[in-house]
Amino acid sequence: MIPQAFDYHAPKTLAEAVGLLARFGDDAKALSGGQSLIPLMKLRFAGPAHLVDINGIPGLDYLQEEGSTLKIGALVRQAQLEQSPVVKAKFPLLADAVRMIADPQVRNRGTLAGNLAHGDPANDQPAVMLALGAQVVIAGSKGERTLPIDKFFIGTLTTALNAGELVKEILVPIPPANSGGAYYKIERRVGDFAIVAVGSQVTLDKSGNCQKVGIGLTNAGPTPIKATKAEAFLTGKAPSEANLTEAGRLAAEMSDPASDTRAPADYKKAMVQELTIRTLRTAVARAKGGAA
Amino acid sequence: MSKTTSVELGGIGQAVKRKEDSRFIQGKGRYVEDFYLPGMVYGAFVRSPFAHARVKQIDTSAAMKVPGVLAVITAKELHGVKLAWMPTLAGDTQAVLADEKVLFQSQEVAFVVAESQYQAADGVAAVEVDYEELPVVIDPFKALEPNAPILRTDKKDQKSNRIFHWEVGDKKATEDAFRKAGVVISQKTHYQRCHPAPMETCGCVVDHNPATGHTDIYMTSQAPHAHRTVFALVAGHAGLVEHKTRVIAPDIGGGFGNKVPVYPGYVLAAVASVILGRPCKWIESRSENIQSTGFARDYHTTTELAATKEGRLLGLRVKTVADHGAFNAHANPSKWPAGLFSICTGSYDIPAADVQVDAVYTNKAPGGVAYRCSFRVTEASYIIERAMDSLARELKMDPTELRRKNFVRADQFPYATCLGWEYDSGDYHKAMQVALDAIGYDALRKEQAEKRKKGELMGIGISSFTEIVGAGPRSKFDILGLSMNDGVEIRVHPTGTVLARTGVKSQGQGHETTFAQIIAEELGIPESNITLEEGDTDTAPYGLGTYASRSTPVAGAATALAARRIREKAKKIAAYLLEASEQDIEWKDYQFQVKGVPGKAKTMAEVAFAAYTNPPPGMETGLETSYYYDPPNLTYPFGTYVCVLDIDSKTGEFKIRRFVAVDDCGTIINPMVVDGQIHGGLTEGFAIATMQEIRFDEQGNCLNGSFMDYLLPTAVETPRWELGKTVTPSPHHPIGAKGVGESPNVGSPAAFVNAFVDALSHLGVKNIDMPVTPWKIWRILREKGVA
Ligand SMILES: Cc1cc2nc3c(=O)[nH]c(=O)nc-3n(C[C@H](O)[C@H](O)[C@H](O)COP(=O)(O)OP(=O)(O)OC[C@H]3O[C@@H](n4cnc5c(N)ncnc54)[C@H](O)[C@@H]3O)c2cc1C
Repeated sequence: MIPQAFDYHAPKTLAEAVGLLARFGDDAKALSGGQSLIPLMKLRFAGPAHLVDINGIPGLDYLQEEGSTLKIGALVRQAQLEQSPVVKAKFPLLADAVRMIADPQVRNRGTLAGNLAHGDPANDQPAVMLALGAQVVIAGSKGERTLPIDKFFIGTLTTALNAGELVKEILVPIPPANSGGAYYKIERRVGDFAIVAVGSQVTLDKSGNCQKVGIGLTNAGPTPIKATKAEAFLTGKAPSEANLTEAGRLAAEMSDPASDTRAPADYKKAMVQELTIRTLRTAVARAKGGAA
Repeated sequence: MSKTTSVELGGIGQAVKRKEDSRFIQGKGRYVEDFYLPGMVYGAFVRSPFAHARVKQIDTSAAMKVPGVLAVITAKELHGVKLAWMPTLAGDTQAVLADEKVLFQSQEVAFVVAESQYQAADGVAAVEVDYEELPVVIDPFKALEPNAPILRTDKKDQKSNRIFHWEVGDKKATEDAFRKAGVVISQKTHYQRCHPAPMETCGCVVDHNPATGHTDIYMTSQAPHAHRTVFALVAGHAGLVEHKTRVIAPDIGGGFGNKVPVYPGYVLAAVASVILGRPCKWIESRSENIQSTGFARDYHTTTELAATKEGRLLGLRVKTVADHGAFNAHANPSKWPAGLFSICTGSYDIPAADVQVDAVYTNKAPGGVAYRCSFRVTEASYIIERAMDSLARELKMDPTELRRKNFVRADQFPYATCLGWEYDSGDYHKAMQVALDAIGYDALRKEQAEKRKKGELMGIGISSFTEIVGAGPRSKFDILGLSMNDGVEIRVHPTGTVLARTGVKSQGQGHETTFAQIIAEELGIPESNITLEEGDTDTAPYGLGTYASRSTPVAGAATALAARRIREKAKKIAAYLLEASEQDIEWKDYQFQVKGVPGKAKTMAEVAFAAYTNPPPGMETGLETSYYYDPPNLTYPFGTYVCVLDIDSKTGEFKIRRFVAVDDCGTIINPMVVDGQIHGGLTEGFAIATMQEIRFDEQGNCLNGSFMDYLLPTAVETPRWELGKTVTPSPHHPIGAKGVGESPNVGSPAAFVNAFVDALSHLGVKNIDMPVTPWKIWRILREKGVA
C-alpha cells in the first residue's frame, strides 16, 4: 500500500495548473479530493510521475444559484452539497444521492468534479448529473469549452477530457416547479459503491403528465448510462403504474451490467427495472408536492 | 469499622469501567507499529500472483540496486540457515518462503529488507520472478478425486490431497438409529471461508543484539509464551534460544484467532535482524492480512438427523470436507485434528452420533484458525442448529417445540454426550424461554401468518447453542506437546497494592479489569489498586495464551486460586497481629476478623505491610505467590438467540428487525464487559451471515482480498442487540465462570440463517448458504415466481 515515487506540484492558479498538466501530458494527474486517485496509487494501479494538486487554487469552491442554473465549482466537496439548503430544497435527487456516497470522511474530501472526472460508472454522481441534464465546463491551455454531461463519459474510467484539461465547474439547471427527483441505491453495506442505483428526475405538466424525464443508471454498464429510451417513452405520458413499469423495463433493456463480487448481472438488470419504477414513483410524488 | 462491600472494591459482578479504555480512546495505546528502534530496517514481501506455479528463477539483482535496499532473502538463503520450512501448530510443515513451488496466491516468495518502508516497497516491485504455472486445485471435492494433481509434492509420503480422515462416535449405533427412525432429514451446508480481519494486522519488530545474543521480539501474539517456545524449537540453532529470547506482545488491536499461528513474516524479520545486526520491522498491509494469514471455517458438511415421528432425536450423522488450504496450519490441540467439532450434538440429548471429517489441501492460503471460537465449535453449532430447524419443518413442528423436546434437561447435568464430552451445567429450557418471552414469540408467529397471506416476507430464526471452552485439562489438551494450562503470579506490595501477571494475553477482552476484579473479590483490595500485566515472556509466568475463550476458565481460575494462596499466608500473619490462633480467624466482609470479637480485625493492606515489616517469627518475608491451573474439565456456556427480519420481496433487501440474545456464561465477573463482548461477537456473526466470504476464481485468484470487497458491517446496518441472561455457574470453576467472548459468534450465524430460511420456507426453501445476500434471496424469489 505504498505508491510509486512521484513529483508533487501545487499550482496557485487555474492557468498554472492547466499549464503543468499540458506540460506533463499523460505523465500527470490532477488531484482534487484524492478519494479515488490516492487509493489507486497506493495499490500501484496508477503511477503518475507528476501530481498536480489543485486544492490550493483559490475561488473554486463556489456553490451558487445564477438565474436558472446552479453553478458548482471544481473544489466543492460532496459534504458541501449534502449541507446546502439549495440542494435540499430544489434537488431532492441530488440530496438523496449525495448522502449515500461513501462515508462522511470521504465526502469531506471528495469533490463533485472529481467524482465525474474519474469516469467510473460505479460513482453515483454521473447518473445524478445525467438525470438532471448538467453541463461540464472544461478549462484547457487553449481556453474553455462546455460539454453536455451526456457527451462526457466515453468508457470505463475515460471521459471527454483531453490531457491538460480540467473540469472547472458543473452547471446544473434548476428544475421548475412541479418537479421532483429521487435516487435509490442498492449497496452491500453503507459506504460501499452501488450494486446498482437509479436516479430519476421528473417535471409534470399542468395536466399531470410527464413533461420532462431524466433517468441515470449507476453501475449498470461499462459507463454511466442515461436511460434515453425510458425517458422518451415516458415523456408526454401519464405517470401511471403501467407506464412506470414500461419505463423500468426499457431502462433495464438499456443497461449492460457485468457479474462481479457485488452481484451477478441478472440481479443487477432486474434491479435497474425495479429501482427505475421506484424512483419514478417517488419523483412523481415529490413533483406533486408529496414529501415521500 | 464499616463493612467493605463488593461495590466499593469493584469485585465480582460489578460493572467496573475498563481500565484499558482510557489509553485506547486517548490514542495512548502502544501497538507493534508504534515501536521505532534506533537503526531499524523494514521488511516487505514479494508475493505470488499465481495460486500454483513452479518458481523457476528469482532475479534479485535489480532490487538490490534500488536505493536503500539492504538484502533480498529467498528460500535459497533460508536453506543456508535451515529455516526454509517451519512446523505449523497442527504438526504440518509450511514453507517460510516458496521453495521451488508456490501453492497459493499471495504466498511469500522473497523478503526485501530496506532502510525505509518506501524503499522496501520499491525493492519488492523490482524483484523478478519467473513462474511456470501448474494446474490449480480450488474445489476441495475435486482435490479428493483420484486423478487430482497432488499439491504437496514436498512431502514424500503424501499420495493424495487428503490431510487427515478423522472420525468419532458409534457408526453401528447411529446406523441402527437411522433404521429405526420415523423421520430423517439430510442437509448440505457450507460454512464459508471467512477471515477474522482484526483491526490491527499482524506484524513484529525483531531486535537481535549480536553482542549479547539476546533477541527482543515485539509481536502481535495471542500466545507470547507458546510462540517463544516455538521460536526456540525452530530457530534455536540460529540463535533464538529460549532464555535469551523475549517475546513482547504489546497492546493488540484484536486477534480473534488470527494472531495464534506463526507467520513467515515473524521468521523473516528475525532472520533479517540476525543477518544485519539491526532491528527489523515487518507490518502487514490489510490485503496481505486477508489474503495470506489464517482464515477461518470453510467446512462443507452434510448433516443428517434421525428422529421419531413425535420428534425425539435418535441419531446424528455428520460428514465434513474441510478445506485447509495449502498447508495444514490451523491451530488445534494436538489430539484433536478437527478441534472440538464433536460438540456438534449441541444442546440436545442425542443417543447416537457418527461424525467424520476429511481435511484437504487446496491452492488457497493456509489456516483454519479458531475465529472467535474454540476450535471448530462455530462450525459444529451452525450445523446442528440449522439441522434442527430443518427437522422441525419436516415434522411440521414449531422449532421451539422440537428444541424443548430434545434439550438436555437441567436435572441431567453433569451430562455425558454420546461423543464423549461431559457438560458441566446448564438450563437450556430456561434460557430459551427467557429469549422467547423477551421477543414475544407467539405474537410474532401470528404476525408472520398474517403477513404471509398478504405476500409479505418475514422470518423468525432461533439458535440454542452450547459452547465448549477453556481448553484444557492437560490429559487431553496440548499444542505441540505444551499442556494447555496457565500460570498466574500475584505480588502484594507492602502498601497493600497489587501487581499480578498472567500467561495469557488480552486483545480486547479486558483482562486488566476483570482479572483485577477477581483478585479484588478474593483479597479485599480495591481493583483500582491492582495492576495486571500480560504479554512479556521475561516477566509473565508461562501460559498458552488467549483464544478459544480460555482465559477466564483457565487463567481466571489460576488468578482466583493464586489469590486464595495469598490469603492463606495472610491469614497466618493476621492471626499473629491479632494475637489469636489461626483457627479463630475468619475471612468476613473482606477482612480477617477474630471470631466473635467484633471490631478485632485486620485488613489485607495491614497484613501486607506486616508481611514486609513484621512477619511472624520463622515465616518468610513478603506476600507473593504463583499458581498453575490445570482445569478438571472444560466449561460449557450456552444460550438462545432469536432473530426477526423482514425481506423486500422485489429486491431481496432485508432488515433485521430485532435480535434477542440470552447468554449464560456462568458467574458474571463484569456485566458491562460481558455485554461488550456479546455486542462485538454478534456483530461479527451478523457479518459472517450476511456479508463475508473469501472467494476464489477457477485460477485461484482471491476475489475479495481487501476491505473494498471483504466487508465489515458499519453501525448503520448492524442490528440493535437486545441482551438477556441466565446464570448457571460452572460447578468446577473456582468462581463458577465459564467464558463468554466467543458465544455470540458461535451462536448467532445459525439464528440469522434460520430466520432467512424461515421467511422463505413456505416457498419450499430449506437452505441458503452464507453469506445470505439480497441477490441470493432475489434469485430464490425469482425461481419461485415471487420477484
Ligand atoms: C471508501 C470509499 C468509498 C467510496 N464510495 C463511493 C460511493 O459510494 N459513491 C461514489 O460516487 N464515490 C465513492 N467514492 C469515491 C469518492 O466519491 C471520490 O471522492 C470521487 O470519486 C473522486 O473525487 P475526488 O475529488 O476525490 O477526486 P480525485 O481522487 O482527486 O481524482 C479522481 C480522478 O479525477 C481526476 N480529477 C479530479 N479532479 C479533477 C478536475 N477538477 N478536473 C479534471 N480531472 C480531475 C483525477 O486526476 C483523477 O483521475 C468512494 C471513495 C472511497 C475512498
